[in-house]
Amino acid sequence: MLKGRAGSIAFQLLAFVLALGFVSLILLSAGASPMEAYKNMLTGSIGSMRKFAEVLVTFVPLLLVTAGLLITFSAGLWNIGVEGQIVIGAISTVGVLRIFVDSTLPPALIIMLAIFGGMIGGALWASLAGMLKTFGGVNEIFGGLGLNFVSTALTLYLIFGPWKREGVASMSGTEPFPDHFALPQVPELRISLWALGIALTGIVIVYFILQGTYFGLKLKAVGKNFRAAYLLGIPTWQYSMYSFLICGALAGAAGAMQVTAVYHRLIPSISSGYGYLGLMVAMLINYQAVWAIPVALFFAALNIGSIQLPIVMKLDSSLAGVLQGVLVLFVLLMEGARQKFVKKA
Amino acid sequence: MNVELKNIHKHFGKTHANKGINLAIPSGTIQGVLGENGAGKSTLMKILSGFIQADSGSQIILDGKPVIIHSPADAIHVGVGMLHQDPLDFPPMRVLDNFLLGRSGGLFPNRKEAAQNFNLLAREFDFSFDPETYVDTLTVGERQQLEIMRLLWLGARVLILDEPTTGISASQKAKLFATLKKLPEQGMTIIFVSHKLEDVENLCDQVAVLRAGELVGEMKPPFNTSKLVEMMFGKAITLGARQTAEVGGTVLSLNNISLEDARLKIKDVNLDLRAGEVIGLAGLEGSGQGMFIRACSGLVRPVGGKVQLKGQDLTGKSYHTFKAAGVNFLPAARLEEGLVPGLSLTDHFVLAEQPKGIFIDRVAGEKLAEDRIQSFNIRGTPLSTVESLSGGNQQRAELALLQTPLSLILLEHPTRGLDIESVIYIWAKLKERCRQGAAIIFISSDLEEILQYSDRVLVFFSGKVSPPIDAAVTSVEQLGQLIGGKGWPEKGGGHA
Repeated sequence: MLKGRAGSIAFQLLAFVLALGFVSLILLSAGASPMEAYKNMLTGSIGSMRKFAEVLVTFVPLLLVTAGLLITFSAGLWNIGVEGQIVIGAISTVGVLRIFVDSTLPPALIIMLAIFGGMIGGALWASLAGMLKTFGGVNEIFGGLGLNFVSTALTLYLIFGPWKREGVASMSGTEPFPDHFALPQVPELRISLWALGIALTGIVIVYFILQGTYFGLKLKAVGKNFRAAYLLGIPTWQYSMYSFLICGALAGAAGAMQVTAVYHRLIPSISSGYGYLGLMVAMLINYQAVWAIPVALFFAALNIGSIQLPIVMKLDSSLAGVLQGVLVLFVLLMEGARQKFVKKA
Repeated sequence: MNVELKNIHKHFGKTHANKGINLAIPSGTIQGVLGENGAGKSTLMKILSGFIQADSGSQIILDGKPVIIHSPADAIHVGVGMLHQDPLDFPPMRVLDNFLLGRSGGLFPNRKEAAQNFNLLAREFDFSFDPETYVDTLTVGERQQLEIMRLLWLGARVLILDEPTTGISASQKAKLFATLKKLPEQGMTIIFVSHKLEDVENLCDQVAVLRAGELVGEMKPPFNTSKLVEMMFGKAITLGARQTAEVGGTVLSLNNISLEDARLKIKDVNLDLRAGEVIGLAGLEGSGQGMFIRACSGLVRPVGGKVQLKGQDLTGKSYHTFKAAGVNFLPAARLEEGLVPGLSLTDHFVLAEQPKGIFIDRVAGEKLAEDRIQSFNIRGTPLSTVESLSGGNQQRAELALLQTPLSLILLEHPTRGLDIESVIYIWAKLKERCRQGAAIIFISSDLEEILQYSDRVLVFFSGKVSPPIDAAVTSVEQLGQLIGGKGWPEKGGGHA
């Protein structure tokens, strides 16, 4: 009974319970009531329409990044550089908007161009990690990590250098764009349905690429056995590059959403750590696209819900990160335990 | 040191690799262990040196005392050291640091004392290296010398050498043998594992032959070569009448092909292979046949010479160009190189069709898979992942991946580990391909299989390639001698 799908779900539920228990212990040791903390997180995330809209604002980039990472994971690649790809996507979007800041073209067209610009920027940045791996023999984890630092430095350089505000440059970022350069938002709420639509389109496309296309099947073959895939006639390194390009484009789109739907300018922490969070989501869902939406939504809710904690309970809001991390660790641990169990049985 | 192995059994899953081996080696003996690949030599030696544990009931007795060896560290503790075929050293480190490794005791190694000991030992055996040089600048032969010194310094009284003469020069071999001959005087026991009859005959005081996990015979000098060969390869079993397909035009022609890797050099091989023909490559593993078959598939680029397929020059082209030109290669390591674990049979057949277009036609894919599963008699469903299949079914699945039509089929151990019915079935399928005009080159360590199914045979020995031998008039014994390095012309050029 513990084999098959039911067993798998049972183990994951157990992991979830264990993670909650572990975090509860941490809370108790800090002298706080776990139940109250969880209640606050719940009301802080879905307690009101306005709060839920905030959750969706976080959900959009997280889902796009997760979608991209599903592609690179399928190709057997650890695209740690995704964080930098978001940043470069945002920079490219801002760059395109700056070009057209005084133009008379319709704003909708300019926003579209800017989003495309962000996707292309992210893809090119990802291709650097890909080329380092393919032609330079640099593991994508190291290459990506290095490029992440470069992208952060580039952001700061732009904010304090060529793109600085009139007068004095500041950590609050570049001069905000005029309102007509923003994706339209739902009245009274910060969420843009356009952004939400783009994110959902992204994950749906990725789902179909992986489930129903020759391209996706070949990617999986490359990811699961590079050598055998080559012998089967698949141009392996090209497929690795394609996966970097697609993931980079989706991460770039996430960066573009951060600019056009949330911040309307370039800020130093424009990627908000969604790259690393996306890696956790992808690991947690074991690289299955169908689970991306609920899990990314859950992680976004944790992020937003925990904002309440310092205000109401004098706890640090990083508790969300602790819970997310612990959850991933327990799920991976339980998966290991399950496999051992199945092998024995 | 006296070594006694009593009733050694070892199972790997269903495979019975050692079947109750009893062997006594008196102190001061150089013991040869002969056998073909898969005979159980390595398993036995790994048990003695602690890399793997024998099944319960097996006994190792050293100088009259039963010992239990759980790890290589245990082994060296009781005085057993093993020199592996590929030196297990650390190339980016200095010679002296390698020498120090595995020495227990002390947080800070005493380099000075070690250097003194090192020089002393090196002088005793007439080795010359600089202890401060890096290991990756040494030749394979020198690395062996270093490893022998290290094991002796660690206190080895039994020295196991696994195929030590592969990949070293003739002068290094002479030096190695001179060193080994000195050791028994000091009460050391040497176990020399090899497939090279000549080396064993020149060096050893007694020889044990393993076949299919059993000790099939022992011999002391003077050695009777043909008796040894018979013990190694066994008596022939009949696989039915030989069949040959009608031979057509030239498919593959190799002109003065030269190949090189870190261990071996193959020089100036010439071969014309015709449609419908089957060529078997014989030789013990690592003699050059693997590199040769990969060169025919485009996976290894020759350092010299010309490769032509049906008149088209493919020299230096990629494997995918070879594949597009009608060459398929099925590697021996099924789950490592041939198939993609985690993907289903349907996925494999769909991929092997080199699909065009975007969306997968699931219905057609499953229909294709069902057809192939039926015609290749695979026990599995279209949705079975390849790793869930048994070895024989994985092999049939690999064969089912061959494209149609093909000019050249390259196979590495196509029937290894399969039962006799599967072997006959697979060859029936392959011979059918021959009648359709494909040529086949295959590697096998089963000499009966080679003689049964090939038209011509090439024998490989340490990078030398024999001229093509007519399989119909060759015996297992003749082939066995050549494989063991006997009966080769002194200056053996590669005129295949």
